[in-house]
Amino acid sequence: MNAEMSRRALLRLAALALAGGASSPLRAQGYAGLGQDAAGFARVVPGVALTFPRDHGPHPGFRIEWWYLTANLAGDDKAAYGVQWTLFRQAAMPGPQRDGFDSQQVWMAHAAATSATAHRFAERFARGGVGQAGVEATPFHAFIDAWEMRAGADTDPRTLAPLTVSAAAKDFAYTLNLAATRPLVLQGEAGYSRKSDRGQASYYYSQPYFTAEGSLSLDGRRVAVRGQAWLDREWSSQPLAADQNGWDWFSLHLSDDVKLMLFRLRHADGRHFHSGNWIDRDGSHPLPPDGIALTPAAISRVAGRDIPTAWQVAVPARGLSIETAPLNAQSYMATRFPYWEGPIRFRGTHEGQGYLEMTGY
Amino acid sequence: MRRLGWTLATLLSHWRRHPTQFATLMIGLIAATALWSGVQAINAQARQSYDCAAAVFGGGRLAMLVPARDETLPQALFAKLRRAGWPVSPVLEGRIATSGVGLRLIGAEPLTLPRAAGPAPALELGIGAADLAAFLLPPGRTLVAPATLRELAAREGDTPALGDGMRLPPLAVQADLVPGTAVVDIGVAQRVLDRPGQISRLLVGADDDGPRAPLAEVAGDTLRLIPPGSESDLERLTDSFHVNLTAFGLLSFVVGLFIVYSAIGLAFEQRLPTMRAMRACGVSARGLTAALLVELVGAALAAGVVGCIAGYLIAALLLPDVALSLRGLYGAEVPGELALRPAWWFAGIGMSVAGALAAAAHSLIKAQNLPLIATAHPYAWRTAQQRWLTWQGAAALVLAGAALGILAVGDGLIAGFALLAAIMLAAALALPLLLALALHLGARGANTMLTRWAFADSRQQLSGLSLALMALLLALAVNIGVGTMVKSFETSFAGWLDQRLASEIYIRAADDAQARAITAFVATRPEVTAVLPTPRAETRIKGGPVEVLGFADHPTYRDHWPLIAATPTLWDDLRDGRALLMSEQLARRLGLAAGDSLRLVTPAGALTLQVGGIYPDYGNPKGQIGVSNDLLFAHWRDAPDTRFSLRLAPDAVPALVAALRSRFALDPAHLIDQAALKRDSMTIFNRTFAVTASLNAFTLGVAAVALLTSLLTLGASRLPQLAPLWAMGVTRRRLAALDLAKTMALALATALAAIPLGLLVAWCLLAVVNVKAFGWRLPFHVFPGQLVQLIAVALAAALLAAALPTLRLSRMKPADLIRVFANER
Repeated sequence: MNAEMSRRALLRLAALALAGGASSPLRAQGYAGLGQDAAGFARVVPGVALTFPRDHGPHPGFRIEWWYLTANLAGDDKAAYGVQWTLFRQAAMPGPQRDGFDSQQVWMAHAAATSATAHRFAERFARGGVGQAGVEATPFHAFIDAWEMRAGADTDPRTLAPLTVSAAAKDFAYTLNLAATRPLVLQGEAGYSRKSDRGQASYYYSQPYFTAEGSLSLDGRRVAVRGQAWLDREWSSQPLAADQNGWDWFSLHLSDDVKLMLFRLRHADGRHFHSGNWIDRDGSHPLPPDGIALTPAAISRVAGRDIPTAWQVAVPARGLSIETAPLNAQSYMATRFPYWEGPIRFRGTHEGQGYLEMTGY
Repeated sequence: MRRLGWTLATLLSHWRRHPTQFATLMIGLIAATALWSGVQAINAQARQSYDCAAAVFGGGRLAMLVPARDETLPQALFAKLRRAGWPVSPVLEGRIATSGVGLRLIGAEPLTLPRAAGPAPALELGIGAADLAAFLLPPGRTLVAPATLRELAAREGDTPALGDGMRLPPLAVQADLVPGTAVVDIGVAQRVLDRPGQISRLLVGADDDGPRAPLAEVAGDTLRLIPPGSESDLERLTDSFHVNLTAFGLLSFVVGLFIVYSAIGLAFEQRLPTMRAMRACGVSARGLTAALLVELVGAALAAGVVGCIAGYLIAALLLPDVALSLRGLYGAEVPGELALRPAWWFAGIGMSVAGALAAAAHSLIKAQNLPLIATAHPYAWRTAQQRWLTWQGAAALVLAGAALGILAVGDGLIAGFALLAAIMLAAALALPLLLALALHLGARGANTMLTRWAFADSRQQLSGLSLALMALLLALAVNIGVGTMVKSFETSFAGWLDQRLASEIYIRAADDAQARAITAFVATRPEVTAVLPTPRAETRIKGGPVEVLGFADHPTYRDHWPLIAATPTLWDDLRDGRALLMSEQLARRLGLAAGDSLRLVTPAGALTLQVGGIYPDYGNPKGQIGVSNDLLFAHWRDAPDTRFSLRLAPDAVPALVAALRSRFALDPAHLIDQAALKRDSMTIFNRTFAVTASLNAFTLGVAAVALLTSLLTLGASRLPQLAPLWAMGVTRRRLAALDLAKTMALALATALAAIPLGLLVAWCLLAVVNVKAFGWRLPFHVFPGQLVQLIAVALAAALLAAALPTLRLSRMKPADLIRVFANER
């Protein structure tokens, strides 16, 4: 079961409904026929070995793909910060790749910077084929406008490190240097990430072990920052159906060694679906759905909506019972498809930080 | 507060007793506001349309990056700028023809289109995602205004064919799009316009969206940044047209204020005893002024509302003509329906109030300083008149000096209008002085008592009538000026058309293949003596759009083409690609004369040519140059070779036209003979001045009203002068006839004075304003018939205005005349 797939797919599907908005009927039928079958697009099949650096680059034959980075940072002013950098690719139609403005590839990016008192974000759109946005595998380079994630001369394709990531908008800007010594984590079955109930799947790997240092400007104030970051890479041709009305997703840095990903998909009929993945030195360990308890602990009024910004999180099998609190309860991404995404802290059996994303409220 | 109420009530009772005077005041205010607001409504409507048109392809609200030298930019530059932090969006623009309709095709890139870009499928606008996807993905969409869909006689979903076997994407209606424009995805536009990898310009989004690298670092000197708020081509081209309209609106406003001034002045004089009584009863000077102000502002507000409504009606009446003019002259599309904004109402009512206050300032100041006891001044009016005439004469002299000053050092259209204003005001102010002088001389020559009295009485009347006569003078002078200009233009234009349109038949083929077929066909016709290719291209010189005409080497041009100035070897130099021809307006704009040289940027590189000749190009707002056909095709390689003209004997034209029409299915847009083309040109020309003529008539009407109201208000106050004559035995009929004769004589004198003034105005319009506004100077002709006609109209207006007061006088009850002696005023 690949919940990661669902989360990101639903987000980007909805966001790429562009002006349609959250209530758009297009979510049901999908953007440019996205909700239909994957006819014409490359299919995700088991047994394909992911190869690097090739697979750091785009897979235009697949319908959807993303490069998704979140970072929990501490400033030299002792304050906590969070940073998001996300690049999505979508092929609007299958078939041979077309050049120039005729390209069927559409790119979208979100960037955000968050402190305890401020949350700033921006989005970008681009068409493929003209050099405004794209990803190159060697040397690794993902970009849209002036935002980019770029490898250095000494970047190791097995760790995808070091990297430099930067974004700038009206009221925030950041540049982070990412380093990692651990290899990439292949999710699911060696990177083949199955969705058992629908027979859908994606290719999926992560780098949850990045350390980050750099500088961040927020509302004109500049601080030096360092901390932890988490990168997700995923591509597929089969997004999900639209019977979920939202999700709550956690990426948690339990320690330098142990990382935890958890989510629940909220179904319209109230049967929420849970999933999770415990990542340690031995690799990733999927958690049984009934072994995860996610309970809203506090509701905040955010952008005119009631959103649970604090949670009780328990994974009894791993001896985990924590309570999460947002760094900034107003971490709302009022982008064309709005959602809540921001840094969180947690305490209890474990203490640390991570990121929380919630949609559909 | 209560005191103010009573004061006001007392003052207002005057109007109840003098309803005509009140009507005069209101008519003046309404007329002033109506014409002004009408013109403003038209201007606003047109500007809004230009904005709308400009918004899709830049200009107006957005900054733009345009090629500094070349015609287009490589699209790689777009990505390069985006990567450097510039929030730019590419646009490719060109012209296409489908179903016999010419369209401006705009290729837009909706994913990057800035928020303020206007009616295109921007992410922010009301277009749903399904529409956006349909726009982006094959087959795409062609967005057009509802009017364009009708013009194409097509339905949504149709795919209009283009000349070369291509089709436009399915049509879809976008209500807020400007007519005559089709918006497609930029990828589609690159294919349709055959400009792969090219863009015309870049729209620049909000400048607060992150840091940008310096432009020169990214693009060197290939780009020019045009800041937001810069005029679009359409705005620049049509600017002079709107300045003309505004000038007329302002003139009408001033003429209307003349009426207001005289009405308020008269009311003030008549209310003097009342006001003195009120002051004696304890009303403070401040209270009195406040009451007068309240009264005035109230009237102005009411008149402002009515004036705005009347202005709306006038605008609605004129707009179709204006729209046709703008379309014919500039290709600017202005919808025929008016959309009014609150700002327009506020401006109209504000103008009414401001105008009323300006017209009443004199009276208000007098009320503030009103002495309680008036001392008797025998011959007071005469002393006052003399002082007033002296003052006006001095002012006229100063204004005349100012006019000379403007003529010597002024530059630009505004200076041209300032010159006109100074001349007209000076003349208006000098008019009473001239009339007084004439009356003085006339009185000397008068041999009977009655005529002597008539002259003296006329002089006394002059103070009251002079404002109305000034209004008449101005209206007549403007009429003469504009009439002379239009006639001069018509004369030159007709002659110019004869020279310019020397070929008998003009053909624009749909595509190259049809062009070849037509050429092959006419080669078999013995009556055709020459086939002259007339290709066209577009370029930009110093930022302005310029048409490039191709010339074949043929006696048709050598013998006929109208020229203002030329080098001796012009036609040989032109043929050999050493020289170019340049239109008068472009030459003026660039400050070039025959013999100078010009660097020209073409798609195939830059070249320098000598300006071999300058020719008049009336009615064309764009600059124009002419080069040899060889040079044009060599440097504008994608210029279609589809236009040509035919020489043949005139009597063979109808047969050949019919043959061509039936064989190649050419509609009038593609095949036209000389006579029809001349007719069309004259129609466009006539429309251009239709609005001017309408406003002219309105102005004359307002002047007639001014005269009428002045005479009406004067009528009542003149009884004390007339009653003694009646008592001495002059019949009422005789008195009335004398009065009418005096009025007519004053009107005639004014009309005669208007002739030299009008001709001066015409000269200013032809030699100063037209040159600045349009770039061409017209020969000055005088049309005596027209002058006689106008004087007749002026006299008729005066007669009409004087008829009612005269009739009233001739039927006045003797009792009323006797009463003058009973109650000593």
